[in-house]
Amino acid sequence: MKVLGNRAKADWSAPLPAERAGASVRLSGLRRSFGPTKALNGLSLDIAPGELVALLGPSGCGKTTALRVLAGFETLDAGHVLVDGQDLAGTPAQKRDMGMVFQSYSLFPNMDAVDNVAFGLRMRGHAARARRDKAGELLDLVGLAVEAKKFPHQMSGGQQQRVALARALAIEPRVLLLDEPLSALDAKVRLQLRQQIRSLQQRLQTTTVFVTHDQEEALSIADRVCVMRDGRIEQVDAPADLYARPATPFVAEFVGTMNRIPGVTESGGVRVLGRLLAMRGEGTTNPGVPVDVLVRPEALSLSDAPGSDGRGIVTNKTFLGAVTRVQVLVEDGLGVQVDQPSEEVATLALGAPVGVFIAAPDVLTAERRAPAAFHEAPSN
Amino acid sequence: MGESAQVSAASHRSIPAGDPGPVATRRGAGGAFEDDVSGRTWRSRVSPFVGLAPFALYTLVFLGIPALAIVYGAFQKPSGGFTFENLRLATTGIYRTGYETSLELAVISSVVPGIIGLLLAYAIHTSKSTNLRRIVSTSSGVFANFGGVPLAFLFIATLGTTGVATTWLRDLGIDPYQHGFDLYTLSGVALVYMYFQIPLMVLVITPALGGIRSTWREAANNLGARSWQFWRHVGGPVLLPSVLGAVLLLFGSALSAYATAQALTSGSIALTPIQIGTFLNGNVLAGEQNVGKALGFGMIVIIMVVMLLYGILQRRASKWLR
Repeated sequence: MKVLGNRAKADWSAPLPAERAGASVRLSGLRRSFGPTKALNGLSLDIAPGELVALLGPSGCGKTTALRVLAGFETLDAGHVLVDGQDLAGTPAQKRDMGMVFQSYSLFPNMDAVDNVAFGLRMRGHAARARRDKAGELLDLVGLAVEAKKFPHQMSGGQQQRVALARALAIEPRVLLLDEPLSALDAKVRLQLRQQIRSLQQRLQTTTVFVTHDQEEALSIADRVCVMRDGRIEQVDAPADLYARPATPFVAEFVGTMNRIPGVTESGGVRVLGRLLAMRGEGTTNPGVPVDVLVRPEALSLSDAPGSDGRGIVTNKTFLGAVTRVQVLVEDGLGVQVDQPSEEVATLALGAPVGVFIAAPDVLTAERRAPAAFHEAPSN
Repeated sequence: MGESAQVSAASHRSIPAGDPGPVATRRGAGGAFEDDVSGRTWRSRVSPFVGLAPFALYTLVFLGIPALAIVYGAFQKPSGGFTFENLRLATTGIYRTGYETSLELAVISSVVPGIIGLLLAYAIHTSKSTNLRRIVSTSSGVFANFGGVPLAFLFIATLGTTGVATTWLRDLGIDPYQHGFDLYTLSGVALVYMYFQIPLMVLVITPALGGIRSTWREAANNLGARSWQFWRHVGGPVLLPSVLGAVLLLFGSALSAYATAQALTSGSIALTPIQIGTFLNGNVLAGEQNVGKALGFGMIVIIMVVMLLYGILQRRASKWLR
């Protein structure tokens, strides 16, 4: 890592030569139980060098346990963790060369920012001068050169987390582990720091595992997102693919906004809103089975003349900028959300009759649930 | 911006022309004096301290006034008039020995239980058994408050020359009194003090140990630190101010303890609290009536010096907190 000088503000876009490539990580058949709870249930994942993978899932899905196993804080009941092909079984946490950033910052309260960042180097026996220089560089890199002599309690949450990031990077880790690093911060700081982490990670090419329960955060920062549920992986994909083509109903509903529209299977597909559409995924292929069809708001369209499509009336409109989210009440009290270009629905009045149809060529189906208006993905 | 501008304009309009504007204090509508700048009445400024009044009164009556009486009396002849003679007597001969022995006992009975109590509290804190924690916490509360004459008799009945445990050991062929042990010596008193000092340390230091966050340890571990390195660089320094405070509490407790030592040794060991007790009982030589107050004054000075040293150490140990 080169010396960047004493700039008061970080220049996140400045070129930085990648002196080291990230390490490859392989998690193979990880199993870990806490009493009757299976935190990890055969989790396997390959992470390429320099890649940022987000582990996304609801509370208790095992994402933090997976990270802690990687860091060496948890033991495995079964499975292997390999970094650059080397099995880390039996390697204690302090010898794994992994930098970790915790949700609660966890800076050492008795040390100022410089000493916090230099701590890992001190443990590695670096000379005092060398480690202070390196710590200074990293604080400069995260834009905190002027806060170097401040103690943690004298800094804001965002500043503390940037120091924690610098501290984790100071040891030039083979893998950077981020355990919900932004969840304790307010929305504005969270957004800024998210961009800064991504920028820094791309420049340093450090292999990174980012744990979060915030789907927006995961989709915006990661090269690939790994959606977890009950200690298993539901789907690993690039953010765009994960959003556009969720592999399971769980992923479809956990990531983004999703309508559940009742349909019935037929030979050759599923009949929904008066149309027969192809099915994808692992849904039933037996004809005559009532199912819910999962459709994103942008995959639905409105027509002026209700025909064979779903007929309904407009109950609400929410302007979102380029698009407007229109809520339509269709038959049987079912409410669906439809995203339309704002200019197209500018004159659409509340109470107006409209037709709703699915513009996608194929759809994902799930087991029929009790009548529900629509499903809103958890917001964070 | 617009809203704040309106508010600002409105507040300007509310002040009529010729109004002298805010003044420091003036009589408010309710009759109370109001501070127009801060908007706080004298009542609101005083009310937070009203709750402290009983404590302040208690401290004044049972600490402040007696302390002043001791200091005043320490420099008074029995017949009246200022003198240093009481202090001279209190710092020489048997009284000087009393101070030295009391200090020795206080240091031993604070440092040793401090270390043992800290290790015990750490063991309990890191134990996964919540039952063990609950049992130790409750029993510490009981033991820490068990002292005085009953405690002395408990030890005499157990480890005295004819105590139950001593007799059993003799029956087994081991006579502790033939191997250097004697309950009625300074080391015996120190041993008895451990009985309540160790649990007191456990009680006082356990909350501080709870303040050591597990993620600090994990972060240190993750950065390459072994367990001892974590305690050397992070855990120890963070805990040090609390440990110093707890040891000071033990020191004060051991320095001033009277009843246990008196019941155990019947005054055979020169300890300042026992010597002061002798003065209170009226065993005074003519012309030395105020030497007891001088001894008390010496105790006050010792505690003040120790607290001063503690303050300096504490400031140095916790500079990161400021």
